[in-house]
Amino acid sequence: MMTMSRWLSLVPLFLLLALAVYFAIGLATDSRTVQSVLIDKPLPAFDLPKFGAAGETMSSEEFKGRVSLLNIFASWCITCRVEHPVLVKLTEQKRVAIYGLAWKDKPDELKAWLDELGNPYLAIADDAKGRTAIDLGVTGAPETYVIDKKGRIRFKQVGAIDDYVWRTTIEPLVRHLEAEE
Amino acid sequence: MIAEVGQFALVLAFTLAIAQASLPLYGAAVGDGRLMAFARSSALGQLLFIAVAFVALTAAFVVSDFSVKLVAEHSHSAKPLMYKLSGVWGNHEGSMLLWVLILAVFGGAVAAFARNLPDTLVARVLSVQGMIGVGFLAFILFTSNPFLRLDPSPVNGNGLNPLLQDPGLATHPPFLYLGYVGFSMAFSFAVAALIEGRVDPAWARWVRLWAYYELGWGGWWFWDPVENASLMPWLAGTALLHSAIVVEKRDALKRWTILLAILTFTLSLIGTFLVRSGVISSVHSFATDPTRGVFILGLLVATTGGALTLYAIRAPQMKLGNLFAFASRETSLILNNVFLVVTCGAIFIGTFLPLFVQVTNGDQMSVGAPVYNFFFVPLAIVLMVFMAIGPMLSWKRGNIAAALFRLKLAAAVGLGVAAGTLLLQAGWAAIAFGVAAWLLAGSLWVVVERMNLSGGLGAAWSRAAGLPRSAWGMVVAHAGVAIVAIGIASMTVWTAETVTLLKQGETASVAGYDVRLLSVRDEQGPNYAAKVGRFAVSVSGAQIDEMIAEKRTYPNPGSETTEAALRVRPLDVLYVTLGQGHADGTWTVRMYHHPLVVWIWGGAVIMVLGGLLSLSDRRLRIGAPRRAAPVAAPAE
Repeated sequence: MMTMSRWLSLVPLFLLLALAVYFAIGLATDSRTVQSVLIDKPLPAFDLPKFGAAGETMSSEEFKGRVSLLNIFASWCITCRVEHPVLVKLTEQKRVAIYGLAWKDKPDELKAWLDELGNPYLAIADDAKGRTAIDLGVTGAPETYVIDKKGRIRFKQVGAIDDYVWRTTIEPLVRHLEAEE
Repeated sequence: MIAEVGQFALVLAFTLAIAQASLPLYGAAVGDGRLMAFARSSALGQLLFIAVAFVALTAAFVVSDFSVKLVAEHSHSAKPLMYKLSGVWGNHEGSMLLWVLILAVFGGAVAAFARNLPDTLVARVLSVQGMIGVGFLAFILFTSNPFLRLDPSPVNGNGLNPLLQDPGLATHPPFLYLGYVGFSMAFSFAVAALIEGRVDPAWARWVRLWAYYELGWGGWWFWDPVENASLMPWLAGTALLHSAIVVEKRDALKRWTILLAILTFTLSLIGTFLVRSGVISSVHSFATDPTRGVFILGLLVATTGGALTLYAIRAPQMKLGNLFAFASRETSLILNNVFLVVTCGAIFIGTFLPLFVQVTNGDQMSVGAPVYNFFFVPLAIVLMVFMAIGPMLSWKRGNIAAALFRLKLAAAVGLGVAAGTLLLQAGWAAIAFGVAAWLLAGSLWVVVERMNLSGGLGAAWSRAAGLPRSAWGMVVAHAGVAIVAIGIASMTVWTAETVTLLKQGETASVAGYDVRLLSVRDEQGPNYAAKVGRFAVSVSGAQIDEMIAEKRTYPNPGSETTEAALRVRPLDVLYVTLGQGHADGTWTVRMYHHPLVVWIWGGAVIMVLGGLLSLSDRRLRIGAPRRAAPVAAPAE
């Protein structure tokens, strides 16, 4: 039978262990559940070749003036293939403006991919070297950034957008941002 | 070659640390004098090897050896020498090396100067220091090696973040670490005492010595006000200092004091690694290198967990200390501890709540300044009210009514100041200034009362000089707290700010100062180009000063910094920055007026002086560990 005093002297140890468990879970939880540090910051400046339009470029300035999505994708990315029909449907139904950023992709493979699956993008920036993806803090494809009218990142979706994510998370946010000044 | 020397020295220090962590501990257990003596020599050896490693890394930075990966990533040949040097610790790996260097310096100091402590205690203290050393040297060698080579080596480095090219920031981390790591000594003493199973006044005197030393660095920590995390060890350390007084004078509160010593070092570790290294603010950086995070967490659990396990085993066996009545100096010091620890706890929860909430239910949240202020301000005010009363109470059994009666003048001063403030500004400001004035007057009253002015000035002066230095230290340190509080309160209430566009020759004003933009010139610095703005400052038409603010552009790695112009005076600080230039010839100019802000730093310096005065007290001197001879001190 332990005395009261002995129990009390164990309390600090238990507190520490509980704390350690929290820290451990915090460490194990990767950036997927943590919003990007870029939230509420302007889209990092870039000026990349516009895919399919030789000589033209697409810059971060283009995002100002309306609410839009910036979708990071690549033809080599399996999950993007799953996500793609959702984006195509959104564009067909004119629900939101979607820009693409082709991440470390080859032009001919990208073209074949779009020919096969359709092109939902208003314009595609060709980030062949992946530099802009680094600026954005992209952890993997697909990722989608919700950009407000002032060109600021307001939300980052890691992983594919499916109907559920669109309905419950992104669409309400897009409508809310559209109502903003 | 330099890098290999450093690497080799680090490995030697690591193996020596393993020996230091184990042999003296065993020696102390079986009473082997030679093994115990090994503690001192190995601590000095460790200092030598880590110093060699640090010098090697510094040399690599100075000669811009870009074949060392760390140098290539964080330095540049065009950088001024001073910032090449500060580049050594301006990064994760180098700052870790600085951390263990400071740890080794403290270990070496104990080994060299602790002549009057029992051999077993020294052996155990140094052994615990050795264990901490093993953990952090392993962390450096296995996850954060500063000596890794880069092949092929680049022609030039990636530069240092220009934001870090600032004399203040260059010297800040070393001072901060001196403070953080210093608490490791209090920790080692606490663990050694747990192993010995004995806590006596001589032990308390040493812990107090370290706590005083630590709080001396409080001044440096204070100028990092955005970093709540660095305030936590400071608060816990202040609590430790006061509870160690009770152990020393009254042989009570032993378990609590040990627990505080462990807590303080734990908070320092959390401050260094979890907050400074950015785990809390950006989990992103952690995802890229999870081994470091896991290692740090393991170290935290091993160090603190080990100490707390020992505490759970040993603490119940320690005999309870002397009893005391509710109204006593002891109670007032416990109250002090409760307020400091609660404040510390509030900051802790504020810092980590976002993490807890996220782990528990996936929500994201952040705790802002209003929440901190909501907790911190009332707690600080209550603490300051009691700070004046505590020293008026006697040990064991005091009389609150009598203490309050003795403080009637201080109360009058406090109420007067509060009423005066109320005429200018309502609410919190009046309370804050009133309480600060009460504390200042109440602390000084200890001296004034002792002087008993009725008996002539000369006699009064000699009576004041007769006060023990520790009492003077208390008076000075508490007065420093009051002065800091006055500074913070006036800065919070009366800060003025003007942001405007100015053309050359145009004037804007802030808090009664008229600031005219005289000119903006281009200048070239050693590794940057600058726009230099000259401003004339005048008060009611008469020019009193000229100020120069710069906006610098660094081509490597291509970023801008703002060098503000500062006009520092005892009563206020005027702060002017030059912002963006516009096509129509106007410049964005920001001006801030911070009244009494110098008092915050001044008060912190006064607190340090108080600590030094206490340290110099004869009864506390290291060379004279007199055994529990209670000296009747009027105040401490």
